[in-house]
Amino acid sequence: MNDKKFNVPQYVDQTASLLNLNLPEEYRNGVIENFERIQVIAKLVNEFPLPEDIEAAPVFEP
Amino acid sequence: MNLDSADAISIATAVQQRQIKAVDVVKAALDKIAKRDNQLNCFTNVTAETALQDAAQIDNEIALGNYPGCLAGVPFAVKNLYDIAGLTTLAGSKINAENPPATQDATAVTKLKNAGAVLVGALNMDEYAYGFVTENSHYGATHNPHDLKRVAGGSSGGSAAAVAAGLVPLTLGSDTNGSIRVPAALCGVFGLKPTYGRLSRAGVILFSSSFDHIGPFTRSVRDIAIAYDVLQGEDERDNVCTKRPPVETFHLTSQNIDGLKIAIADDYFAQKAVPEALEAVQKVADALNVTEYVSIPEAHRARAAAYIITASEGANLHLDKLKSRPQDFDFATRDRFIAGALIPSSWYIQAQRFRNWYKKQVREIFQQVDVIIAPTTPISAPEIGQQTMILDGEEILVRPHLGLFTQPLSFIGLPVLSVPIQREDALPLGVQLIAAPYNEAAILRVAAVLEKAGVISSPAN
Repeated sequence: MNDKKFNVPQYVDQTASLLNLNLPEEYRNGVIENFERIQVIAKLVNEFPLPEDIEAAPVFEP
Repeated sequence: MNLDSADAISIATAVQQRQIKAVDVVKAALDKIAKRDNQLNCFTNVTAETALQDAAQIDNEIALGNYPGCLAGVPFAVKNLYDIAGLTTLAGSKINAENPPATQDATAVTKLKNAGAVLVGALNMDEYAYGFVTENSHYGATHNPHDLKRVAGGSSGGSAAAVAAGLVPLTLGSDTNGSIRVPAALCGVFGLKPTYGRLSRAGVILFSSSFDHIGPFTRSVRDIAIAYDVLQGEDERDNVCTKRPPVETFHLTSQNIDGLKIAIADDYFAQKAVPEALEAVQKVADALNVTEYVSIPEAHRARAAAYIITASEGANLHLDKLKSRPQDFDFATRDRFIAGALIPSSWYIQAQRFRNWYKKQVREIFQQVDVIIAPTTPISAPEIGQQTMILDGEEILVRPHLGLFTQPLSFIGLPVLSVPIQREDALPLGVQLIAAPYNEAAILRVAAVLEKAGVISSPAN
């Protein structure tokens, strides 16, 4: 993902709308800030190459 | 007997031997709560009437010559996300306060009651367990008993502070990313997050089921062991709860640590912490003659993946209410929950796949060592309202970073005990003792040795 070009406010508005999640103006900036943080955090996970045979554990047994 | 500093087993023993009545123990606890909790704000509900009835019942059993249970007459309290029959389960929220009262106790509450312990109330927490500070806008902040200007940690802040202040010797909390271990460390008490699935979560309001655990807070290692033993057991009401037979640990707290291989976690777990937090780890290592180090790979990505999964699952759980009444959420959780609802599914699945990869890497490490030592929090208790802190010369947010060292461990369900280090003229700190899944026994053996050596202890009251 090209982080510089990605428009977080637009994504937040569109996805909230898709989920029928009415986003009042007073929370919008806080949500955008939080999503920007999540985006940075998610990059650490998404950039890590995983072998194809690693699946999510449907029943997790540590 | 000084009931402010006595541990649960001392109290139960005195009750069983008729040196003190359960009713008098419970009355003393209720008196302390009445005197001190207006400052601390640990309790959101005090169940005085039923507590006194239950205590009288214990005394009757003893008078009849019946065995009253291994925790006879021990006052305990639970984070207010545990169901208590007859009370509404708040989970720190205003929204849930509208729910009808619970019709039965959570499994863990029933188990402690069956062992003779007496429930005295419900304890404050971050809303829906989403936080590390217990600064709850609906029910107020819980104050750290060591310094009332400071947080107790969270999200099980009431549970940790109530034990640290000597209000009760035993409480229960829950831990998704560090919510037992963080407040245990900041309040200077013992807090156990057992193996994922080891203890039943039935009757506990979940937050992020992939990581939700329950566990006890106590003033001594032997109390952790006995509470853990009492709480174990299969439960069809929680489909995550293990079908493995219980493994009793209480007798292990008098054993030595011969044959156990112990190492200090380095790299990720030795950075971004104040020197005192790392000195606490060194103090524990020195007491155990530990000089080996291990590196847990990709711990920073584990923390990131834990964040993505928690935010996604937590948001999904509350999505209906986020849509219909966002104004009724705590402002400290609302925007994070809404942002979590917008996470693409591929990020969530990738995080879950990473979790499986990481689990395999860490399992390899436990082929070489039995117990790993790491700091619990990067700093001691911050002030209530404090937004940022300086670590390694970088200004970072306090709230999310309190879980820096706890999140990569609960991520894969490892059992961890946070043990308390008391410091002269300074706030307490915690050190995590970490083992392979289902090896709580090794942790408790190490903790017992440290306690006997006087390295770890609960605060003097």
